Parts: sequence; C-alpha cells; structure tokens
Amino acid sequence: MTKPLLEVKEIYKSFANNHVLKGVNFNVLPGEVHVLLGENGAGKSTLIKILTGAYSMDKGTIHWEGQAVKIHTPIEAMELGIATIYQELNVIKELTVYENIFLGREVKNSKMGLLNRKQMIEKAQDLLIRLGQNPKLATVPLGQLGLGQQQLVEIAKALILEAKLIIMDEPTSCLSGREVEQLYKIVDQLREEGISIIFISHRLEEIQRLGDRITILRDGYSVETLPVSETKPDEWIELMVGRSLEEKFPKKQFERGDVGFSLKGFTVEASHAPIDLDVHYGEIVGLSGLVGAGRTELARAIFGADKRAGGKIVIDGKEVKITNPRQAIDAGIAFITEDRKSEGLLLDLPLDINVCLANMKKFAGRTKLLNLNKMKEQAKRYVKEMQIRPNNIELNARNFSGGNQQKVVIAKWLCTNAKVFIFDEPTRGIDVGAKVEVYRLMNKLVEEGKIVIMISSDLPEILGMCDRVIVMNTGRITADLPIAQATQEQVMKAATIGL
Amino acid sequence: MEKVTQLLGEVNVEEHKQEKNYKNLLGKFGSLFALIILMIVLTFLSDKFLTVTNLMNIARQSTINALLALGMLLPILTAGIDLSVGSILAVSIMVMGVVSVTMGMHPILGILVCLLVGAGFGLLNGVLLTKLRLPHPFISTLGTMNIARGLALIITGAAPIAGFPYMIQYFGSEYVGPIPVSFVVVLVIYFIFHIFLTRSQTGRYIYAIGGNKEAARLSGINVDRVLIIVYTLSGLMAGLAGLMMVGRVNSAFPLAGSGYELDAIAAVIIGGASFFGGVGTVWGTLVGVLIIAVLRNGLNLLNVSADLQMAVIGVVIIVAVFVDVLRQRRSKASS
Repeated sequence: MTKPLLEVKEIYKSFANNHVLKGVNFNVLPGEVHVLLGENGAGKSTLIKILTGAYSMDKGTIHWEGQAVKIHTPIEAMELGIATIYQELNVIKELTVYENIFLGREVKNSKMGLLNRKQMIEKAQDLLIRLGQNPKLATVPLGQLGLGQQQLVEIAKALILEAKLIIMDEPTSCLSGREVEQLYKIVDQLREEGISIIFISHRLEEIQRLGDRITILRDGYSVETLPVSETKPDEWIELMVGRSLEEKFPKKQFERGDVGFSLKGFTVEASHAPIDLDVHYGEIVGLSGLVGAGRTELARAIFGADKRAGGKIVIDGKEVKITNPRQAIDAGIAFITEDRKSEGLLLDLPLDINVCLANMKKFAGRTKLLNLNKMKEQAKRYVKEMQIRPNNIELNARNFSGGNQQKVVIAKWLCTNAKVFIFDEPTRGIDVGAKVEVYRLMNKLVEEGKIVIMISSDLPEILGMCDRVIVMNTGRITADLPIAQATQEQVMKAATIGL
Repeated sequence: MEKVTQLLGEVNVEEHKQEKNYKNLLGKFGSLFALIILMIVLTFLSDKFLTVTNLMNIARQSTINALLALGMLLPILTAGIDLSVGSILAVSIMVMGVVSVTMGMHPILGILVCLLVGAGFGLLNGVLLTKLRLPHPFISTLGTMNIARGLALIITGAAPIAGFPYMIQYFGSEYVGPIPVSFVVVLVIYFIFHIFLTRSQTGRYIYAIGGNKEAARLSGINVDRVLIIVYTLSGLMAGLAGLMMVGRVNSAFPLAGSGYELDAIAAVIIGGASFFGGVGTVWGTLVGVLIIAVLRNGLNLLNVSADLQMAVIGVVIIVAVFVDVLRQRRSKASS
C-alpha cells in the first residue's frame, strides 16, 4: 500500500463554546481524488481552513509525506505544497492571466531586479497548454474570461507552486455545463500526473464521476471513509445526515389548474426574440439552460430589478404594471435570488428585520410606528415552522449555515403573501437535507395555490421536481417539454442548439 | 440518540445566546464605560471638573457637534458620508443673518429659512448621489462642501453679521434652570431620531441599505428615496446646529463650522457606528460626542495646549475603532 501524502488524526477545534470539529481522521493518497462530503455546518470549511493554515487546531496531528507538521500560516501551507481553490476565486480581474498566475512570486531578472515578463509569459503559456487552453490567453486581462477559465488560472497558480495537493471547494457550483466537463478532464489529468485533490462537493453525480475515496463528515466527526466505486450515494447520504432520506426529490402531483401567470411578447433586451409563457396553477415550471442563457436576466426583468425592453406580465388574467421591485412585490411576485449573500440577506443584521424587510408596512401600526414585538413574533414563527437552526432570532444572518440562510430568504418572501414565487438556483450550495426541505416547501406553495417557477442549473433537480421544463438558450425559449417527455439529452440539446 | 443530539443542540444555543448577550452588552455600552472612566479620572485630576457649572458647560459646548454628528450618523449608517455639514451650517446662518438682520424680517422666518437652507443643501446632496448617480457620497458632498462655503462667503462679501434678535439667540444662549436650552433641544431631537431609526419603516430601511443595498432594493425598498431623506436630514441638522451656534456667539460668519464635519465623523465612529454601514445607534453617537467634549474640557482644565488636544483626540479615534475591530474579530471567529 502506498504511503499517504497527507494524514490527519483526531483534529479538534472549537470557537468559544462552539465545538466545530470533534475528532476528524482521514488521509489522502498521492494521485487520489478524495471527496469530503457533509451537510452545511458539518465542519468542512473549518477543516479546510486548518489544512491551509488560516485557523490553528486545538488538538490533533497532521502528517505530510510521513512527517509530523504544524501549519501556522497560509504561506507555510503553500510551502508544503498545499494549494486551495475557494468558491470565491482569488483573482484580480484587472490584471492579465500571466500576472495573476505569478502574483506574489514574480520572476525577476537576476541583475536589475526588474520583472522578467518574457519568461513569465512563456511559462504561463506552457501551463495553459498543459491545461488544454489557448496559450494566447496568457496576456489577456483575466476579467475578459469566463468563470471557468478564471478558475483554471487558479489551478495554474497551484501548478506554478508545484502543489502536491490541491483543495477544491465546490469548484463546479458556479460553472456552466461545458465548463464543468472541462474541469472534470483537468481533474483527471492532474490525478494522472500524481497530484492529489481534496474535492468538496454536494453534487452526487460528480462525486461518482471523479472521486476515488470519500470521507463523510457529520457534526464535526469524520464518520467514515469509503471507496467511491464500491458504494452508493444513498449510503453516503445516510451517513451524512445520520438517517435515511426517503427520497431525494419529494415530488407531489397536483391537478393542473388555470393559467395564473403569463408573459406576453416579453423582451428583456430589444435584440432578443419576444418570450411568451403561461404558467398554470398546480404545476412547478423549471427554467433550464446553460449559465448565461438569460434565465436570471428574465427573472430580474419580470421582477422589475432591471429594465425590460417590452412586453406584458399578466397575473390571473390581469395585466400588472411592473417597473421596479416594489411594484412587483405589490403585484404578488416573490423573487428568491440566486446569490443569497449579496442579494438576499442583510448579513450583519438579525433575523427579524431580515424576515420582515419586504413587507414592513404589515408591522406598522396606526401611528406609523413599527411594532417590533410583532416583527419578532413573525420571525419566531417562521423559525419554528421552517426549523431554522439555531433558533435564535437575535443572531445576525451571517451566523447561519447556507441552508438555514436560504430558509430565512424564503421566509422573507412568505411574509409578503406573494402569489408567484420565482426561485433562482434555490438549492445551490446547500446540503441534501436542506434541499429536500426547500423542495417540500415548493410542494406546499403549489398546494396552497401559488405559482412556482424554478430556475436551476441542476438538471436532476429540474427533472425531479418540475412538471414542465422550459429550456432557454441565448435569451430565447428553445424547448417547452412536459416532464414525461423531458430527458437529460433533450434538455441539453435544446440548451446548446445553435451555439 | 436523535433526542440526545437535539438536547445538546439546544444547550449549545443557550450558551451561545448568553455569550452573545454579554458581548452585545460590551458592544452597546463599551463607549459609555469609556466615558464614565474618563469622567472618574478627570474628577481625580481636577477639582473643577465635577461641578454643575462645568458639566453644563460641557453640555453647552457639545451641542453643535451633537447635532452635526446625529445628522452624520444617517449617511454613515447607509455606508455613506456627508462632508458638507460644516459648510452647510455656514451658508444656513449667513442666509438667516441676511433675512433676519439685514432685511429685518421676523425672527421665526429667519429660523425657518436657516433650517430650510440646511435641508435644501442636504436634498441637493441626496439628489446628486441618487439621480446623477455620482459614484460615492464622498464626491457629491465634497462638491457641495465647496459650493456651500463659497456661497456663504459670497453672500456678504465675507463680512460677518452680528446683532441677531433675541428669539434667534434664545436657543443657543439661554438656560432652563441650570440646563442650557440648546442641550434640551439636543436631547429632544436625539429622542425623536431614536424613535425614527428604531421604530419607523424608513428608519429600518436605513439600516437595511447600509447592510446590503442590493438586497434592500430587491426587497422592494425605494433606495433612492431613503437616501435622499438621509442626506436631507443631515443637512437639516447642520442648519439647526447653525442656529445654536448663532445664539452662542451672537454672530454669523462665513467661515463658521470649518472642519466640523470631521469632529462629527469622529463622534459617530467613537460612538460605535461602522463605516461600512448598517451598524450604529443614536445613543452611541451621543456618547461619542460627549467623549470628545469631556476630553476637550478636561484637557483644558489641565492646561493642555489646544495643539496637543488635537493629537490626543486623534489617538482616541484610532483606539476606539481599534477596540471595535478587535471585538468584531473575536465575535466573527466564534461564529
């Protein structure tokens, strides 16, 4: 048996009274893709931060190539050969690709101490070729590249360091289908070159596609390490949540009713073909497509967050005038935005204002003064109903895990008594347990006679939860498929046609 | 098993809550403790400090900065800034001087004009920021700071105006018993602002915008309208501060209030507001104002030169914010 590159034993870490890691053990072999799986709050991020020297551990040992090591700072981690690619990329968009790759370790001329650009560009070009990219990109400003290529620049940075272990934290969560494929290939290639990868992901298919072994974390413990190919995702989930989930997609069928929401001749940008869309009561409509297909743009235009070029919005047979979010909310539309941190939450304010924000006038009394107790009661009610944890409305939104933050955002919109719910990537970056809760909530909304539209790049989720799939491609609708006829291939074809 | 973990979870939450409360307490009253300690120390260092006359003196001296800082709190809560308040103060009192002294109109009209000019310049700040979409209030208010100062000088050709009617002087010079009227005005206005910020929709929106402007907009808040209100109120407070100043010195001069915006910003920050918006209270700001006023007064009593006073206040600003940074770092690490 080969000797592990990294071996982690009995790691403990607490913040004040909050015990985040309570004994984590696992090891990474050379040239292995090792998956870490766990619910939000299971301790993955803390573990990663310990491995990269951002946090110090309270107890435990780390062995690197058989030697006991202590990692105090990110620089020490880099010197060992540990590189990390975070979800939020660490790149400078104004600088060129090669400048980004060499940031902080620029090559200098031996005599004058000035930058040796020629050598840096050449090395960058070699790296780009190694990663299957056009070498000409080396001198292009990074901001002009797509997210997928920006991420490759981060990988190139790791390779320049001659990293032996690359930690990737949900690297595919923001990528489009094609970019994801490209990343998979590169991960395969790195593995063949003998580089180890710690891969964090919530996407089960991708774990099956890429992973060699998987370590499951729960409540700060490492529950078990399993070979990926010999086990099934159901087993992982059971270990991860500590119980078995009956269903990944708890889809409920309801009778299809009248049309409740329509777009007529709706154009986001003048150059796009107009969109016509009818959504019925009793159905969940999924909007599928590649990143950049214009789904979020469409939702924002419906909601009045951005100006639209033309067209009508009709709710229950009546045209509604929407030019800003306030009018949209008054018309009964809720928009659960894709990025809950930058568009959904007031991270440094407590839950009560977060929950009541979109419908504050509900809490204003006759004197126009807000009834703060009523706001708190409302927040408490949602915390209880939606099982938001920890159940303390005095805490700021920042202190909640991703899944619980998403519940807070949804609570905000439930509080507006909206009739039409547009969810934009509602389960991105949240764990399997929280996902199921979001799905159940959608069922409940449909049951209560609301219109539900879900934008999602997660195709299994669309196929698992929707009654109808609308596929968008460069701003227009290229397919409208009843779920019985929708297959992965058909949707992908419509999403990529003509591209 | 499930039940046990549930119980454990609840216990954790309780502990978390208690600790949070303790921290909140320090966060909320940290600057108040600092003020009290400062006053105790000064009581020992100078026997003139803890006398009714001196304390009322401090109250009177703090009123102008108290009003400017209260106005400043609002832009800072929205992650903005208002550099123009000192200049707005000057132009407001110069216009009031022309109306009520040069033209001899009714003092009530003069007071109204003073407040209106202040609010008007504030409105201009708000409109420049939201309608012209200038990138940051630092820029729009830097512009109006110069415009207002220029106008204040132009109005009388840089000459001061003296001899205001009693009714105008009343607010800045008279006492109710031992308490200066101006300080009573400050307390009343602070109370109104406290209710406004904590209990009105617009008040809560101010915090929401400072916390996350985009999330606020997508929650249906008319961000532009709220920002215009914020800057208008800041200007209005500058006008009111001007009225207090005229009472105190019985004249209006075009260079009045130069650099006062910086004292106001200092008070707001010492009072615990965050420069990044969303965090800060009216009472914290009042404590910030009083810390600066007590410090100035104490250093005067101890015969410390004005130059050194300036340096000391600089150190206090840095220490106050550094303590806050430490506190936040700790609370972030524990979450």
